[in-house]
Amino acid sequence: MAFNSELLRKLVTVYGPSSREHLIRDMISEEIKDHVDELYTDALGNLIAHKKGPGKKIMISAHMDQIGLIVTDIDKDGFVRFGNIGGISPAVTFSQRVIFENNTIGAVYSEPVDDLSKLKLEDMFIDIGAKSKEEAESMVSIGDICVYHAEYSENSNVVFTPYLDDRVGCFVAVEALKSIQKPENDLYFVFSVQEEVGLRGAKTAAYGVDPDFGLAIDVTTHGDTPKAKRFAVGLHKGAAIKVKDNSVISHPLVRERLVHLAQEKGIPYQMEVLEFGGTDSGAIHMNKSGVPSGVISIPTRYVHSTVEMASKEDITNCIALLKAYLEERL
Amino acid sequence: MLLKRLTEASGASGNEKEVRDIIVEEIRPFVDSVRIDGIGNVIAYKSGKSPAAGRIMVTAHMDEVGLMIKDIDSTGLLKFLTVGGIDKRVLVSKAVVVGKGKIKGVIGSKPIHLQKRNEWTKVLDINELYIDIGASSKDEAEKLISIGDYAVFDTKYEEFGEGRIKAKALDNRVGCAVLVELLKSSLETEIYGVFTVMEEVGLVGAGPAAFTVEPDVAIILEGTVCYEMPDMDSHQIPTVLGNGPAISLVDRSTLYDSNFRRRIVETAERNSIKYQFRKTAMGGNDSGKIHTSKSGCITTAISVPTRYIHSPLSVISRDDYDNTLALVKALVSDLEKEAL
Amino acid sequence: MDKYEFLELLTNGHGVSGFEYTLSKAVIDAFTPLSDTVKVDRMGNVIAHKKGTGNGAVKIMMAAHLDEIGFMVKYIEDNGFIRFTTIGGIDPRTTVGQEVWVHGEETILGVVGSKPPHLQDSKEQEEAIKLEDMIIDTGFSKDKLQEIVSIGDTITIKRNTMKLLNNKVAGKAMDDRAGVAALLEALKELQSINHYADVYMVATVQEEVSMTGAFTSTYHIQPDVGIAVDVGFGNTPELDKADSLEMGKGPGITIGGNVHPGLMKRLFDVGKKNGIPCQKDVAPGPTGTDARAMQITREGIPALVVSIPLRYMHTSVELLDLEDVHHTARLLAQFTNSLKEGELEGLLCF
Repeated sequence: MAFNSELLRKLVTVYGPSSREHLIRDMISEEIKDHVDELYTDALGNLIAHKKGPGKKIMISAHMDQIGLIVTDIDKDGFVRFGNIGGISPAVTFSQRVIFENNTIGAVYSEPVDDLSKLKLEDMFIDIGAKSKEEAESMVSIGDICVYHAEYSENSNVVFTPYLDDRVGCFVAVEALKSIQKPENDLYFVFSVQEEVGLRGAKTAAYGVDPDFGLAIDVTTHGDTPKAKRFAVGLHKGAAIKVKDNSVISHPLVRERLVHLAQEKGIPYQMEVLEFGGTDSGAIHMNKSGVPSGVISIPTRYVHSTVEMASKEDITNCIALLKAYLEERL
Repeated sequence: MLLKRLTEASGASGNEKEVRDIIVEEIRPFVDSVRIDGIGNVIAYKSGKSPAAGRIMVTAHMDEVGLMIKDIDSTGLLKFLTVGGIDKRVLVSKAVVVGKGKIKGVIGSKPIHLQKRNEWTKVLDINELYIDIGASSKDEAEKLISIGDYAVFDTKYEEFGEGRIKAKALDNRVGCAVLVELLKSSLETEIYGVFTVMEEVGLVGAGPAAFTVEPDVAIILEGTVCYEMPDMDSHQIPTVLGNGPAISLVDRSTLYDSNFRRRIVETAERNSIKYQFRKTAMGGNDSGKIHTSKSGCITTAISVPTRYIHSPLSVISRDDYDNTLALVKALVSDLEKEAL
Repeated sequence: MDKYEFLELLTNGHGVSGFEYTLSKAVIDAFTPLSDTVKVDRMGNVIAHKKGTGNGAVKIMMAAHLDEIGFMVKYIEDNGFIRFTTIGGIDPRTTVGQEVWVHGEETILGVVGSKPPHLQDSKEQEEAIKLEDMIIDTGFSKDKLQEIVSIGDTITIKRNTMKLLNNKVAGKAMDDRAGVAALLEALKELQSINHYADVYMVATVQEEVSMTGAFTSTYHIQPDVGIAVDVGFGNTPELDKADSLEMGKGPGITIGGNVHPGLMKRLFDVGKKNGIPCQKDVAPGPTGTDARAMQITREGIPALVVSIPLRYMHTSVELLDLEDVHHTARLLAQFTNSLKEGELEGLLCF
């Protein structure tokens, strides 16, 4: 399968911070509508795509939402103050460009701080280049959310761009979804909302779908840069099969099957033990009477920065592993 | 007077009975049904003149932050734990009432005369504080107080200044009062009024209540942070007393739906009701558990700005209270006409 | 099998959160002769159902968690040393110099190594060693090790449960396999009682990390009453008496928001009537037990918390008094016995 850069580029570029996923939802709907039997949206905005099949109900979840900044105040000179939506690092955000839904672009800077290591979000502001408070208020409103605005780049090995988390997960899910002709299991692809603020969409989607098995597709961090903290996952070593993170301990049924399939089909893989962080499976596995769940992770450097970097090989292997898992009758 | 009765009642998280009884007594004649669920939430249903396009739930938590007696020492002094988020620095040198019998007690400390200079800046830990009810022995104390009894601040409801109200537990008896008045008024269509337990110790009551009611939309009523000191920048001020009900944008528990928020703003403006936005992302409320219950629903939090919450006394503006009630009434009326 | 033997069997077994299935068989074997049905659900909870005379009109669920805290292999160094992470709240300071079992394709011995004092300056010795600076030495080279051990394999403390003086026992995972042992003993006592309510004894999974087992088994069973049987802080000199339970004086019964006041009162009454020693245990909000999950599942479940006094919690030398396990079991059985037909509604009234 050739790497569909164009689709990935489109996916990471569409505006969709947590709680405002309508544009990315529309885009993904367009992309997959001819490949599914049912397509619907639930109360929180999760997009649920059903590919009917016999056998067990599997919920595959990739989150559509992005981290961003929410406007809480516009001061007397037109500078915009904000709070965080999801895990926003002051260091990463300082001097970035941001973009609002209405395409207003701003620059994030800070009040003078003596020590950049003491940078806090409360000292920072977005400058949208307005001449006055009134002009600023005509450009953005309190409650508006902006996202990072930076280019998608790639070479033969890697892609790097903001928002691989988790648009690359959506990419993997979409590619797998489109390539499965005759499902052996009853498949529910959920493009979930509000993962970044607490796995909220996955919780309600799982309640509605009521799956037998759950599989989240998300990014995980890396251990392969100079002096990185000890972490066994790195780029170009294959799809990462999660053993645990802070939200879930993968069910052996799912984890072992993924390993077995990877070995059988010759898909390079690596085992992942994450000491922090969570994914949609954290919510799915606790649904109702319990759902055996696991995670396929795309190894990604610099998560929650504007230069999130993943290996094209790894992404392709994740697609292959997901397909393999879904295509065998459970 | 309703708010006076509610704020002077004792209802620390896990011990809401006195507050619950007042509320049930107030609303019973005006609703179709009221019941108390397995963990103490009050769930009331009021049918209006017509069924609603979607199920509307309006909710307020009954509990307040307080203290819980963990031990009676050999001399009759009471050792305690905090219930909910109380800053321990507000405790020293205050008056409390303990247990069902509302036994008066004081939280004392070492006189300043006997302290070393370097002690003045130390924060007293809970373990160094105790409640003194005047007992001369452990036996005497044990006749009146049991381990596990709750204590709340001994603060009287008073109106003061220019249209201001001072009382304890305005977080969240203001919310309860607004909801009671809403349920007592004539409504076009049906709503569920839910008074939850134990919000302050982890949004405990809200999840089960939402599971039972299955709302499509929920309005959470609260008393929220209001802190304005000179030299604060506008973005650091969460709400302003007198600027009207505060509509939440985001907090730790919820990212509030912006379409719904736009609708609330329109309702406020159409009815000429003052409103403001809650400008901080800190804190959380029952919405956290409600909007993610079952298959999810849309929520909003509308709060009366309350100065000095989680301390022995808090302050609200009478005006803000009235405007909050007006906004909620208008919003509920709006929601029946056109579902979300 | 007497209660000590069962307890010893469980605590000498190895099953950290998410990996409790190695212990399922022992639990199933013990509960089966005493129950109408025993099953293991999708998440690994072992659920034993003993019917009452009421035809399922009232259901009491009692939960004790099966999982223990432990470690997991997170990385293998070039020289074969294992880097590890914790599963559940282990105090890293208790880990240094400990022998462990690494559960790979085979179970192999490892030691948690530390820097010799000779190479440390006095300041270093005043600071606790951080988990990320510790390693497990299995004696194998990286190549040989990787044939046996993978990233994600679990690691447990090597500790054999032992009897001490005066009915005391010590070992790892008493939290909360002592609770499971209490459930078994309660079930034994219920054999000779004509109880109205159906009883569900559940050995839950993953309490130490997420309470997933409690949430999911409670959702499934839909009990009318949920009782968490866990451990509480046994008194030692440095603890405030008000913050701990006395050893040998019976289980702690929690008073507080997580617990239904009507049920709690009944539990104390049952203790008094039957001469079972009990202690008060005060907790202002959701407790760190399965009851936290039970109380907020579905429409909300009236809950109780009963705690076996345990010293040195979350170390590998957790210590308890077998008499307390016995008292706990009796209390649970007699509470069940005390619930007559038609009584529950009145008890639960607010």
